[in-house]
Amino acid sequence: MSDTLLTIDGISVKYGSIEALHEVSMSVKRGDIVSLIGANGAGKSTLLKAVMAQVPLSSGSITFEGNEICSTKKHGRTTHQLASLGMALVPEGRHVFADMTVEENLDMGAFLVRDSKEIDRKKEEMFDFFPILSQRRKQKTRSLSGGEQQMMAIARALMSSPKLLLLDEPGLGLAPLIVQDIFHKIRKINEEDKVTVFLVEQNARMALKNSTTGYVIETGNIVLSDTSENLLNNEKVKAAYLGE
Amino acid sequence: MVNFLQLIIIYAGIYALMAIGQNCITGYTGMLSLCHAGFFCIGSYATAILCKDFGFSFWASLPIAAIASGILGFLIGVPTLRLKGDYLCIATLGLGEIIRTVATNLNPVGYQSVPRAMLFGYQFSARNKVQFILLIWAFVLIFYILFQQLAHSRLGRAMAAIREDEVAAQSNGINVTKYKIGAFVLGAAIGGVAGCFMTAYTQTVNPSSFTFMVSVMVLCMVVLGGMGNGKAVILGALIVQFISYFPQLVGLSSVIPAQATQIIYGLCLVVLMIWRPQGLLGRDKYRYGDPRSTKERLVGFFKRNPEKKGGRA
Repeated sequence: MSDTLLTIDGISVKYGSIEALHEVSMSVKRGDIVSLIGANGAGKSTLLKAVMAQVPLSSGSITFEGNEICSTKKHGRTTHQLASLGMALVPEGRHVFADMTVEENLDMGAFLVRDSKEIDRKKEEMFDFFPILSQRRKQKTRSLSGGEQQMMAIARALMSSPKLLLLDEPGLGLAPLIVQDIFHKIRKINEEDKVTVFLVEQNARMALKNSTTGYVIETGNIVLSDTSENLLNNEKVKAAYLGE
Repeated sequence: MVNFLQLIIIYAGIYALMAIGQNCITGYTGMLSLCHAGFFCIGSYATAILCKDFGFSFWASLPIAAIASGILGFLIGVPTLRLKGDYLCIATLGLGEIIRTVATNLNPVGYQSVPRAMLFGYQFSARNKVQFILLIWAFVLIFYILFQQLAHSRLGRAMAAIREDEVAAQSNGINVTKYKIGAFVLGAAIGGVAGCFMTAYTQTVNPSSFTFMVSVMVLCMVVLGGMGNGKAVILGALIVQFISYFPQLVGLSSVIPAQATQIIYGLCLVVLMIWRPQGLLGRDKYRYGDPRSTKERLVGFFKRNPEKKGGRA
């Protein structure tokens, strides 16, 4: 299975005595956009955190490009090591460097890139791709709108030319039109730059419309997995998440 | 009077070195630590013991003092890594006090008549203050330039990222653990250098001079001048030193009680926090995008290049 980029194999995560994830298994194929949808508290963000080694696993393992990156053993990789393997996370709530300008934020994103010419080239690419950021390049990120900050967070994650882009609720707290714009950009990144995308989202319709494969998570268990198209037409999903 | 002013300038120089170290930990990396008195203490003792008991020269003891403090910084940095904000502050405060208590219990009188510093056969004595001023401020300048370079390097960039947002820093591939400890070690080492100069100047070491108030004063200098700004913390050191010797300076030490100076700089901090929370000079501008090499920047630093004024369009 060389076309599988990320494999999650039966992972469980516990917060104290509460099990947030129960033996979750899923896989992300190279070149795909995979979306994970679910309600509040279903364990979406926990799953992403587990993938990025920000919470410890109580069972199971995670494999990236055939290498085991996380398991219950203690000597797992740390978040920054995963970044150097080619996984870039856009954290929930964006986590921008608010007191730095857009350009400085992008410089930070390219921390692992040591060639300054490559950084400049990548920055121009980002400014071409997100024209609004180009207008704001000398502005402090604090003064950007929510949508602009989200775009900047995505651009920052792309600066290191990752193989896998992980997005935690990219549409959180944004106006519907902006959300549409952001998902449009995500698709373009996937098509043009061949970056595999794994996103976690509450906005089920938007996520499924813009992805190839979908997973549905409920109280720590994956309850459904199919192509996004099938999920959009699934009666259960329609009733529970799409309000139809 | 002139003599006394010179004394203040010497002390300000020593404290400026400490403030540079504190700035590395608090200003650049955003870790609120309160144990600079501990690093200062280790540096002072290292120099005193090496010079007096082992016959080292001042210059040989200087790097050893820095290394000893750096090791201590590492030892303090590792266990307190997971702590943030006020928790880190309290933990480091405790560790600073431990160092002082250990020093007091090992040798309550400290060391007297430590040999003087020599340079090319010339002896730096406490009586000739001008030479000492030149010596100490030369070191302040060296460390200022070094840390200015550091702040604008890859290392400085990582430290700024950690200060701004740890989660984001990690996701961008920055090894938070490594750089946090690095900042602690560097900051501590400069504290040790300051201690070394203190011993060389006063020729005595006494455990009672490394109290918690010293750490607070150093932190005040950094906050007063402006966190993350090399020039500002040196200015902060000068101001705080002048304030603390103010009663003696105006010859009113019999009228104004010694505690009044603490009230004055407490008041200064309160006023500052209300009107200028970023400190007198504020944070230094980031220059990570600066394509100039280190050498070009150094030349620019001494030339005060005109492009700086006109170029900002």
